Amino acid sequence: MRNLVKWGATAMVCAGVVALAGQASAAEPIKIGAFLSATGPASFLGEPEKKTLEMYVEKMNKAGGVMGRKLELVVYDDGGAGDKASTFAKRLIESDKVDVLIGGSTTGTTMAAVPLVERAGIPFISLAGGVNIVEPVKKWVFKTPHTDRMAAEKVFGDMKKKGISKIALISEDAGFGKSGHDQSMLVVKNYGIEIVADEVYSPKDPDVTAQLTKIKNTPGVQAVFNFGFGQGPAIVTKNFKQLGMTVPLYQSHGVASKDYIKLAGEAAEGVRLPAAGLVVPDQLAATDPQKPVVTAFKKEYEAAFKSDVSTFAGHAYDGLQIFLAAAARAGSVDKEKVRDEIEKTSGYVGTGGLVSMTATDHMGLSLSAFHMVEIRKGDWVLSD
Amino acid sequence: MFAAFLQYLFSGLTSGAIYALAGLGFAIIYNASHVINFAQGEFIMIGGMASATLVAAGVPMPLAIVLALLISMAVGVALEKFAIEPARNADVVTIIIITIGASIFLRGATQIILDKEFHSLPAFSGETPIGVMGATLMPQSLWVFAVAAVMIVGLWWFFNRTMFGKAMLATSHNRLAAQLVGVGVKKVLLASFALSALLGAVGGVVVTPITFTNYEAGIMLGLKGFSAAVLGGLGNGGGAIIGGLIVGIVEALASGYLSSAYKDAIAFVIILFVLFFMPNGLFGKRGTDRV
Repeated sequence: MRNLVKWGATAMVCAGVVALAGQASAAEPIKIGAFLSATGPASFLGEPEKKTLEMYVEKMNKAGGVMGRKLELVVYDDGGAGDKASTFAKRLIESDKVDVLIGGSTTGTTMAAVPLVERAGIPFISLAGGVNIVEPVKKWVFKTPHTDRMAAEKVFGDMKKKGISKIALISEDAGFGKSGHDQSMLVVKNYGIEIVADEVYSPKDPDVTAQLTKIKNTPGVQAVFNFGFGQGPAIVTKNFKQLGMTVPLYQSHGVASKDYIKLAGEAAEGVRLPAAGLVVPDQLAATDPQKPVVTAFKKEYEAAFKSDVSTFAGHAYDGLQIFLAAAARAGSVDKEKVRDEIEKTSGYVGTGGLVSMTATDHMGLSLSAFHMVEIRKGDWVLSD
Repeated sequence: MFAAFLQYLFSGLTSGAIYALAGLGFAIIYNASHVINFAQGEFIMIGGMASATLVAAGVPMPLAIVLALLISMAVGVALEKFAIEPARNADVVTIIIITIGASIFLRGATQIILDKEFHSLPAFSGETPIGVMGATLMPQSLWVFAVAAVMIVGLWWFFNRTMFGKAMLATSHNRLAAQLVGVGVKKVLLASFALSALLGAVGGVVVTPITFTNYEAGIMLGLKGFSAAVLGGLGNGGGAIIGGLIVGIVEALASGYLSSAYKDAIAFVIILFVLFFMPNGLFGKRGTDRV
């Protein structure tokens, strides 16, 4: 008897599922899978990215969806850990059966998912900065943010313009700073600049005056370039001021958020760094094609979350838009077709800059995507 | 040349005083219970985060600091009451593992209740560097030294001149005997957690203008503080201070004269070296076990 009930129930559930599936196939939603570092040390990247994706998916669904289909977003939080990222990527591909993968807030979590993605054959748009994500080119892997190499090139270009030829590099001895350091070493010679002092600090060091004193006492240093994110660059900036150093201080795009100015306070005055147009939307020239895009994005984000927009939120926005545009061009979410269309993205104006991808360039940004900004009176001032 | 050396020394003293303050908290709880409280770094973080959040919300700084200290003490008491006390019959290793769990819980809770951003506090007496023979020191570093010194004197007075302090020491020496002569052992453990939470929070408040703080700040401070406490001899407050200063100065001199890439490694090698020859740390009592 009991068995009978069990079987009956199972049969009914099955019938229900079949019926539901039949109903859904009429306008099945487009499934977007994301694994982001919404908590953990990289949460300052993952959290705004997650909020951005959620906000825009909801907004587009209210407006009737895309190609007559609703969007469905599945987000997992990998906490910044590579092993979790690859588990979640696997789950998104195999059990959630998503049509596209967005994410990997950090280079580490992205690279952990790359082998899976390449095997499964699914379009994958990364939100991380590392140049090795798209170099060498991987068939299914794309990315939206600028690379650390571009940041270094932009800074060195600015130094060259100012006639600076001998500099000191001080970088964080982990992740972002380390990769930035290596990329800087790689491209610095192209600009005729010599690195005469090369110092590092640990991500949580309370004081770096020792390293800076060494730089100060190195003869011939004309500028200091700091590569890192989090509180490190703010401590470097404060210690730099404390030691009364007068050469120009350059930071990387890793500090392009108001938090840095808040933490470093007055010491941040005069610091120069490369940043996307998103941090200075009002100061962009009226003819700049990016101006309307970044102005609108900044307004929508800040109205929705009551917090300053960051470039990281912009990366997620760009990723989502690039995918949706490609799907619209392909007329379906067929993985192979969408992949081909993403690769053909051309002249897309995003928050990060003008994106034109090719078979050999899966990022599609050029150096012009960066602007040099200077910090004056606690705010960014465009200073190309 | 001398100016550079002096600057390295100042840099080391600044970091060292911060490590020392963190180490002090380890020493107190170890003294009272022979437990190494790995949530000590979180007390520092809570002190810093709570005061920074309150100041940002518009509370005047002195009031914000007092409130932050009370919040941290409440957290310390709650930790003892709900996590340590129920396991009082477990052995020390189990309790140590519980404190590791508690530290992860506190980090997660702070992340949810407050936020994940970095916060800072204004420096207590301005940001004009003090010049000494070509080297510079921030006034806030002096605050850190002064607070560490006041704490040492205060703790010495508490443990040697007050009945309750003596009761705490007695409990650490022999729990059963202390109980037999009428010391409330439970109360002592509770007080030791409240006290070390207070010490941690005071440390958190004074170092935040220098190092900034976020929900994860306790990890590094806890680790460095623990090294300081072990180097100085666990359970010895003065030892923790000296241990912290040594770690900080070694790091600064190593990055100044050798290589900044290996400064952490050099500091740890020195700690290992000291512990190899003096397993109880520089000022630790030699442990005797009855066989």
